[in-house]
Amino acid sequence: MIFHPFGKYILLLKAVFRRPEKWSIYRREIFREMDSIGVGSLWIISIISVFLGAVTTVQTAFQLVSDLIPKSVIGGIVRDSSILELSPTISAIVLAGKVGSSVSSQIGTMRVTEQIDALEIMGINSPGYLILPKIIGAVVTIPLLVIISIALSIFGGYLAGTLSGAVTPADFVNGLKSGFVPFTFTVSMVKSVIFAFIITTVSAYQGFYTEGGSLEVGIASTRAVVISCIMILVADYITAQLLL
Amino acid sequence: MIEIQDIHKIFGENHVLKGISAKFEAGMNNLIIGGSGSGKTTLLKCMVGLHEPDEGHVIYDGRDFTRMNFEERIEIRKEIGMLFQSSALFDSMTVEENIMFPLNMFTTQNKKDRMERVNFCLERVNLEGKNKLFPSELSGGMKKRVGIARAISMQPKYLFVDEPNSGLDPKTSIVIDELINEITDEYNITTVVVTHDMNSVMGIGENIVFLFNGQKEWEGSNKEIAHTDNKELNDFVFASKFTQAAKDKL
Ligand SMILES: Nc1ncnc2c1ncn2[C@@H]1O[C@H](COP(=O)(O)OP(=O)(O)OP(=O)(O)O)[C@@H](O)[C@H]1O
Ligand SMILES: [Mg+2]
Repeated sequence: MIFHPFGKYILLLKAVFRRPEKWSIYRREIFREMDSIGVGSLWIISIISVFLGAVTTVQTAFQLVSDLIPKSVIGGIVRDSSILELSPTISAIVLAGKVGSSVSSQIGTMRVTEQIDALEIMGINSPGYLILPKIIGAVVTIPLLVIISIALSIFGGYLAGTLSGAVTPADFVNGLKSGFVPFTFTVSMVKSVIFAFIITTVSAYQGFYTEGGSLEVGIASTRAVVISCIMILVADYITAQLLL
Repeated sequence: MIEIQDIHKIFGENHVLKGISAKFEAGMNNLIIGGSGSGKTTLLKCMVGLHEPDEGHVIYDGRDFTRMNFEERIEIRKEIGMLFQSSALFDSMTVEENIMFPLNMFTTQNKKDRMERVNFCLERVNLEGKNKLFPSELSGGMKKRVGIARAISMQPKYLFVDEPNSGLDPKTSIVIDELINEITDEYNITTVVVTHDMNSVMGIGENIVFLFNGQKEWEGSNKEIAHTDNKELNDFVFASKFTQAAKDKL
């Protein structure tokens, strides 16, 4: 049961990575996608990131009841959890909702209104033209969004910690600086790239094989989000297991 | 010339096409007619490879399309123009961008030449000056005409047209028929038109294939159709009392 869709997904990817008919047209599409995925998601990623950091600080402070542990630990915890898990994974889940559903409904609508057939008739490799720019756009911009998310999350943590008095600014900054393992950042970027690939390809697959009408387009886009989220968490676990 | 041999298409339990063979000559208006749901669109889509026929062959000037691989098919498709029943315009692009799209993708012409070609095609379908409108701002008939303009922008060798007249007023409808007729003659295109429209059948039908029950029930020209004694065809073409009376006068 599960092998048939998986095979179809692989075949679709094979078609996506055929040589483009004309690079200049693809390049323009890639910039368009980078704008819509990257710039278009900046706002929502920024807001959630500040709150992610803030919540982490408050909850860590709440759990640190022992006086033996210095408060500066909070800074380190906010930094590591933002980099390793919160920023890449929560951003990916939010983007699966925002970008995934739009990719799937856009391609699904083109399918049911025969626009994909029209591309095919012209002799255009429709999976390549429609999906490749989205994959590249996402794989480039989502890691950048995650970097911004990490910065804002730490900033949110700093803000919440100092405003609530849970930790002094100096302690927080001390914690931030001590014990940083650069490799965690690498892991974070690897995750972001994998998540970006999952979001766009899973959603494009759901849209590309939509059959029927507008009702089915809606169903496909819901399914795109649900499957993307599950795949993101599975991939999250696997990368953590393999890399850490 | 396009030749189809023994085309079968089955959707689940529904045996839509039960072995259809025909020849469509270049420079000729080839019409496929038949009742709603008789499989006209399905036959057209089998011919261009949007549906895989379950059996049979489609041969473009001696080249067997059904046996070709992806790259070979792409080459044939660059010679094909098609108007879809639903028009299938790219709704994120303006009229101009729709028509220019295949030119951008496959030609090395400069912007000015491409623009000229777009305007020429728009003029031919009586839509000059509508360049900047989006498909959502067009009426159904205008969409059809933009669809035709897009289909002819690359000067196809083979032109497939699915219901060019549905949703058009009689006058525009005749303009479109004449356009199809003209370009077919002018560039010696192999044109296949699916239609319900009896004006078109009588007006431009040089070679007519009548589908009934998944089979080719009748084949002939518009001159022959008036004198046919095929019952199914008669019932289909001269369905109304008005047309029946007109026929009796012939
Ligand atoms: N993709 C599909 N999947 C399943 N059945 C289909 C599909 N496309 C068409 N059919 C069936 O094939 C039959 C013929 O459909 P088709 O669209 O070819 O008719 P048509 O002659 O073009 O009709 P109309 O004049 O109304 O456009 C119908 O019974 C339809 O239900
Ligand atoms: Mg039809």
